[in-house]
Amino acid sequence: MNLDIFAIRPEVTPQADVAAPTKLAVRHLDFYYGRFHALKDNNLEIAERRVTAFIGPSGCGKSTLLRTLNRMYSLYPGQRAVGEIVFNSRNILEAGVDLNMLRAKIGMVFQKPTPFPMSIYDNIAFGVRLYESLSPREMDERVEWALTKAAMWDEAKNKLKQSGMALSGGQQQRLCIARAVAVKPEVLLLDEPTSALDPISTAKIEELISELKSDYTIAIVTHNMQQAARVSDYTAYMYLGELIEFGATDELFLKPRRKETEDYITGRFG
Amino acid sequence: MNEHTSKQFDAEMEGIRSGVLAMGGLVETQFRRAVDALRVSGDVDVVTLVASDEQAINQMQMDIDQQCSQIIARRQPAAIDLRMILTVVKIVNELERIGDEIKKIAYKAQQMQRPERLTTVRLHVITRAAGLAEENLQLALDAFARLDVNAAATVVSNDEAIDAAFLAILRQLISYMMEDPRTITPALEIVFIAKSIERIGDHAKNIAEDVVHVVKGKDVRHATAEQIRAELAE
Repeated sequence: MNLDIFAIRPEVTPQADVAAPTKLAVRHLDFYYGRFHALKDNNLEIAERRVTAFIGPSGCGKSTLLRTLNRMYSLYPGQRAVGEIVFNSRNILEAGVDLNMLRAKIGMVFQKPTPFPMSIYDNIAFGVRLYESLSPREMDERVEWALTKAAMWDEAKNKLKQSGMALSGGQQQRLCIARAVAVKPEVLLLDEPTSALDPISTAKIEELISELKSDYTIAIVTHNMQQAARVSDYTAYMYLGELIEFGATDELFLKPRRKETEDYITGRFG
Repeated sequence: MNEHTSKQFDAEMEGIRSGVLAMGGLVETQFRRAVDALRVSGDVDVVTLVASDEQAINQMQMDIDQQCSQIIARRQPAAIDLRMILTVVKIVNELERIGDEIKKIAYKAQQMQRPERLTTVRLHVITRAAGLAEENLQLALDAFARLDVNAAATVVSNDEAIDAAFLAILRQLISYMMEDPRTITPALEIVFIAKSIERIGDHAKNIAEDVVHVVKGKDVRHATAEQIRAELAE
């Protein structure tokens, strides 16, 4: 690991968590929406089987950073990333990366639940069919497994043929998580996954996050600082495209090292 | 420190902070009364005065604790705000305990106003120790008011002088008691007073350590003054 990159921003420390090797290493990442410079020389390491939260005011670049991690931005012309994001010892920003395969390995769940207009069963099976050819029995097992992982099985097992659109918002979001989990990714990116949900659904998703992290690496963007404090192991505070502070959540919410971070998390911002 | 976006939050934080300072002020007044009662013999009913101060102090402790609980429940404070609230809860606890010690001193002072008790044991050593404790309490409260970690470190090192004064008093009283057993009863009263003063010093030290925690986020309880200064220099 090249430690020199951390000399640029002394408040961004390398992972000290021996139990958690780096899953995604972001190095000297710059991002542009056309001519707008949205991310400025971001450096951080996302630890395996840990939850890393990104917080910061609107427009700080946290969602942009999340969207670079599985190259979601490549769907849009005029958006480009410069630098390195190393995943399984390969820079995923390079040309020639199989983006469908990448997004199967690094799944994403969005702010608004986005079930497909099809049955609950097919919502899950749809993605799996793109990557694997399973027998009907194997597919049944996979659907049950994914719904169980997303804490949805008990609620959904008797209505697998019903439309995913008919579920409540919180159930739809868990269905989306089940769909992301079904293709057996290594990393889950969650972009404000609970901001459209009520407190009980939010609590269920948060509970789910803490269960999923034993198998997956999770990166979450959230506007809710208390949520970041509750669910994450590491927190990154971003402002105007810069990574201001990155460190253990336990420390960041008790004694942040940077005054900017302290002002933000204590509600003294702006 | 910048202001919160929510002015109401600022007002609530200022409320607990000024509450601690008001409570500290009352404890200082109460301490002065008790120490004066040691110096001058007279018929001042110091016990009644100090006991009524103590009731006011107890009420302030409960009020400030209640305000802190409210802020935690309503605002989910983090970082400096959380450290400040946790510290305020601890400091009002220290101040309430100081109030208890002062009440003990006042009771003993009143008993000692009977002239025959004052003949053998000189009181100036005890008032000197009380003066040190009073100054250190004041310095600890100033350190809190100004969030001054250097003043807090001074409080911790000053406490060593109070501890030393307590041991000196003890040695002196032991020699009196060995020379003349009739001094044992008044000497023991003075031992209790000296012990209370020594405890007040410890509480002032705890307040100072809490101030370091607010400002630096470091737990310096059970550290020596040198260790604290070394931490602060980092």
